[in-house]
Amino acid sequence: MSKGKTKTSYQIPIGPIHPALKEPVQFNFEIEGEKIVDVDIKLGQVHRSIEWAATKRNPVQVLYLAERICGICSYCHPMAFTLATERVAKIEVPERAQYLRIIHQELERICSHVLWAGVAAHEIGFDTVLFLTWQIRETALDLTEYLCGNRITKGITMIGGVRRDITSDMLPYINEKLNLIKGSWEKLRKIFLEDKTFQLRSQGCGVLTKEDALKLCAVGPLARASGVKKDVRIDQPYFSFGDFDIEYMTPDIVTGEVNGDVYDRIIVRLLEVKQSVELIGESIDRMPEGEIVSEPKLVKLLNQLKKIEGEGIGRMEAPRGEVFHYVKYMNAESPYSWKVRAPTYSNVLPWIPMFMGEQIADIPIVAASTDPCMSCTNRVGIVKNGRQSYMTSEQLHHLSVKKTKELMK
Amino acid sequence: MAKGLTKAFKKALWVYHCNSGSCNGCDIEIIAALCPRYDAERFGIKLVGSPRHADVLLITGPVTRQLVEKVKRAYEQMPDPKAVLCVGNCGNTGDVFYEAYNLVGPIDNVLPVDVHVIGCPPRPENIIYGVVKAWTKLETLEAK
Repeated sequence: MSKGKTKTSYQIPIGPIHPALKEPVQFNFEIEGEKIVDVDIKLGQVHRSIEWAATKRNPVQVLYLAERICGICSYCHPMAFTLATERVAKIEVPERAQYLRIIHQELERICSHVLWAGVAAHEIGFDTVLFLTWQIRETALDLTEYLCGNRITKGITMIGGVRRDITSDMLPYINEKLNLIKGSWEKLRKIFLEDKTFQLRSQGCGVLTKEDALKLCAVGPLARASGVKKDVRIDQPYFSFGDFDIEYMTPDIVTGEVNGDVYDRIIVRLLEVKQSVELIGESIDRMPEGEIVSEPKLVKLLNQLKKIEGEGIGRMEAPRGEVFHYVKYMNAESPYSWKVRAPTYSNVLPWIPMFMGEQIADIPIVAASTDPCMSCTNRVGIVKNGRQSYMTSEQLHHLSVKKTKELMK
Repeated sequence: MAKGLTKAFKKALWVYHCNSGSCNGCDIEIIAALCPRYDAERFGIKLVGSPRHADVLLITGPVTRQLVEKVKRAYEQMPDPKAVLCVGNCGNTGDVFYEAYNLVGPIDNVLPVDVHVIGCPPRPENIIYGVVKAWTKLETLEAK
């Protein structure tokens, strides 16, 4: 620098294989010293031709295919597809099924947000909290298993309703588990919002401004943490959400201001867990008696779906944001066309302003804060002066942990 | 515990988890197997960040065309003796994606698989059982 040379930046390619929880994604970071100056994101490593396969199957088979788009959103995808199909076929869903659908959706939100909290804690080197949150998550999974029969892929969705009912003898168990989650929530709030480690690592880190969030079409908790009031449950109520008084969960409820940093995203997700527990309790109380599916005979339903024509959309507020399905039927056994837009797809572009100006050690927590597809990495190759050296995910994770320790001093 | 496994383990088993295009369902169950409820970590079973440190390659997903070379490379980087554990139906048979044009899998086509864990996703108990089977295989290999 002293000799008038310009600073040379170097690149860090990350992925596509890395031991994170989510699907493989490839990143190319342009680094100047410790600062990130540019990011390039490559998607499409997990292309499994699901939309194409759907055009060869009947709508009920597509439900199982949709369930396997994402293992964590295994309820939202089939349900959004169902909403789109019901719109085309003009199927009326019984009132009781609408409430049951809310219960399952909110249960999934609890599982997903608590899972995310654990991953975020792991990324900053706070593994004790990872184990604590996953223990709490097991409670929610127990409840899921009790209601659906499965832990992850629920198999509860059916066109025109749901597959399983909640009977009155199941209520004590449900209430017991909900109370357990409520009790643990207070513990989580204390750790995530009052612990010094979390505050130091998350406040002012990975900031996404309201303008950027709007411009780059961020959805879900990421958008709400930047102060954008956006929630499909309120903007365009589906199921029976119209009957409920739901609030937009923004960080100013707790702190009085919106910063759009990682800390705010933690607040939003925590508030949503509490909101979901309340929604489940309320739905159970208000659920009317009646049928749970409009057409219990599968053959009759399939015959009806064979004859429909037209196109429909299904919008839902998944744990990570808005999920959008488009489906077109043309008088045939299988859908003519099906298009899925998952929330992570919208939340990838906001990564770019969030990464800018951050340090390498902040990559895991910033990426994880969108509840995305990528947190820590398997191997990182640093191309410096034409020579290559490799960094393993452990080294990267170590860097992140080191930063936490330095901040604590 | 599985037959053939000695009472005292010779070493802690380190596992490298490789996602070859799975839906995350199996991946979160693998983490659940390590977390307090099932707590496989008390036996020294641990996820590591690099295949070079691992004894077992735990692979999920149906192997998409973009990832096939990377999966092979991860396998080649592992030191001998090694075992391959395939978790989840889509890696074992293709499951709902069986006819998809973008898949090279089942994983049998790409790597020699030692233990198949069936389920979509398999329960944590099932995954732990699979790891124990892989352990038995490793100990037999080492004895030779």
